[in-house]
Amino acid sequence: MQEILQNLLNGIAVGAIYALIALGYTMVYGILKLINFAHGDVFMLGSFVGFYVGGYAARHLHTTGGALGWGYAGLVMLVAMVVCGLFGFLNERIAYRPLRNSPRIASLITAIGVSFLLEYGGQFVFGADPKRFPTLVAPHYIAFGGLSVTNYQIIVLVVAVIFMGLLQYIIYGTKFGRAMRAVSFNFETASLMGIPTDRVISMTFIIGSMLAAVAGILFGLSYPTINPLMGIMPGLKAFIAAVLGGIGNVPGAVVGGLIIGIIESFIGGSPLSGYKDAIAFIILIAILLFRPSGLFGKYQAEKV
Amino acid sequence: MRKNLIIFITLAVLSFGLLGCPPKEGTGNTSTSAAGGEILVGEYGSMTGPQATFGQSTHNGIMMAADEVNVAGGINGRKVKVLSEDDQSKQEEAANAVTKLISQNNVLAIIGEVASSASIAAAPICQSNKVPMITPSSTNDEVTRKGDYIFRICFTDSYQGEYQAVFADQWAAASAKPKTVAMLTDVKSDYSQGLAKVFTAKFTALGGKIVGTQSYANGDSDFRSQLTAIKGTNPSLLYVPGYYTDIGQIAIQARDLGITAPLLGGDGWESPKLIEIGGKALEGSFYTNHYFYADPSPVVSGFVQKYKERYGQTPDALAALGYDAMKTLADAMKRASKLDGPSLRDAIGQTKGLVGVTGTINIGPERNAMGKKLVIEEIKNGQLTLKATIDPAKGGKVEMNNAAPAAVTTTTGGPPPAAATTTTGGN
Repeated sequence: MQEILQNLLNGIAVGAIYALIALGYTMVYGILKLINFAHGDVFMLGSFVGFYVGGYAARHLHTTGGALGWGYAGLVMLVAMVVCGLFGFLNERIAYRPLRNSPRIASLITAIGVSFLLEYGGQFVFGADPKRFPTLVAPHYIAFGGLSVTNYQIIVLVVAVIFMGLLQYIIYGTKFGRAMRAVSFNFETASLMGIPTDRVISMTFIIGSMLAAVAGILFGLSYPTINPLMGIMPGLKAFIAAVLGGIGNVPGAVVGGLIIGIIESFIGGSPLSGYKDAIAFIILIAILLFRPSGLFGKYQAEKV
Repeated sequence: MRKNLIIFITLAVLSFGLLGCPPKEGTGNTSTSAAGGEILVGEYGSMTGPQATFGQSTHNGIMMAADEVNVAGGINGRKVKVLSEDDQSKQEEAANAVTKLISQNNVLAIIGEVASSASIAAAPICQSNKVPMITPSSTNDEVTRKGDYIFRICFTDSYQGEYQAVFADQWAAASAKPKTVAMLTDVKSDYSQGLAKVFTAKFTALGGKIVGTQSYANGDSDFRSQLTAIKGTNPSLLYVPGYYTDIGQIAIQARDLGITAPLLGGDGWESPKLIEIGGKALEGSFYTNHYFYADPSPVVSGFVQKYKERYGQTPDALAALGYDAMKTLADAMKRASKLDGPSLRDAIGQTKGLVGVTGTINIGPERNAMGKKLVIEEIKNGQLTLKATIDPAKGGKVEMNNAAPAAVTTTTGGPPPAAATTTTGGN
């Protein structure tokens, strides 16, 4: 029983990070019908910005080995969000917009290209060896009833929930959100109605990339080794989460992320632990075969 | 329609991820090594990717040895030139790199890899092309069984794993703890699986008990669920025969979950990054290694000093083994009757009494280095200290190092005091 609860807790903490990344996939898909495979690498970029900004702050404050504290942690996250947001904007502007009227497969291949650019360019710029992410907040362990939770897991969950709430508010509570939903519903009609579709798409990329940056910082906080290829696996898992929840569906991405996190956690604690990744991909294949619209998807037959 | 597209996309991306990029271009030298000019030696290693420090350290060691050989007059007057290929820490890239070195660059011999999985992937290619391959630090027993052109200058896992089990047994007895060990192994690595098998056999033969076995895949970040299962078994020691990239995270998460048992591992832990990542969580943990960098013997201290002057950091065991591999190859090339594959193979096989940094190298009938010394290091106060030495020349007993710990920095910064503590062994 204790073990089940512990696995559940661990799974929710991992799942929250997957969910944040999955949101970026699903938002872009919802609007452009593009699977932005560079998204997992934007998450990596966020971590590295955190690594450099946090490292700079640590050297500046001479807190070698110590924690930076809440103020600086917030600052690190903010800088990472700004940098990744800017990257998301430029990525769309330079790589995807010129291809918007080309066949969809062209943008997709470009996305894979951008992904490789970030992965291997990252190895060149940041160095290929794994790096120790700076300690943003001092770790605490909370033990109760045989369970053990770290304050990091709680921070991950709280921050993730805050940003998901914020996103929900943007989509359903603001004028911009309404424009986003309109573009997602029908791109051409929305533009005929005077909605500045280019701006909406740019903003979608910026928001999605910012969420990836948040995930990158939270990841660095809980798993303090980062390397330029770290985005591949979480990126694919988040993609599975987005497909599981129904790609294009925002709440679906969150639920999908949590489900993948929890399933992984339970498999990891079982004798099948070596098959953790394999099972995640089996889930993906199963969904695509039996329920391509995902759990909550709004799958419509495409008119060809 | 859309369903098919998504399936196609998914498969496409997955296969892209698996295939990766083509290998980096090395030096485009096409001159054959049979000509009178430079002798071409190939090296493949993980210069980038998750195990980058393995390849980089080995490369540094090889280059240093090659330069020394050349300064000392080369191989009967001919200079040695090392061509390096990066395999990005991937097995399939290792096979590509070796194919390129052999078919395009016509190298005479090949040095590599550190990771056993990569060596196992590349060895059959060297074998079928009759190009001798020396692995500096792949310990999995299977590597040299790939053929009579494949050699190894370090100890094997059946040797390393056995002494880890003996050490675990003695450690439990000395600290009055039950002889229980839980294991966490890497499913992706032949090295990890091989060691775990040997360790289990020996440890249970000694009366110990393996209370839990869990696995992970190299590159994972979250080990909490496996560790949660292990915590329930309450082991005295946690045996983690993996690579340094994962060890730090495993240690941190084990401590988070309240597991206090020390970790025990093998030479895959050896990297300057280990303590940088694991920090305090690794205090009191042990691993087996090929040499102790603060060993006061003149061979080791001389090597360490020269390496630091050249690269500005303390050499790890992989640098020392890379250095020894190049020296072994140079020695064999000098002795070989002709500079071709079969003659060089015979010469490497006849290597006897070559004094290396990691001990004297004698190649045995199974093309493995015989009777090499093994050290067990403990992480104390964020530094590596010598815990025990096993020297087959002295009966192969685990000799605990009970002297005061050697206070030597492991960071790239400060120089270690030359006068380290007395260590057992040293020949």
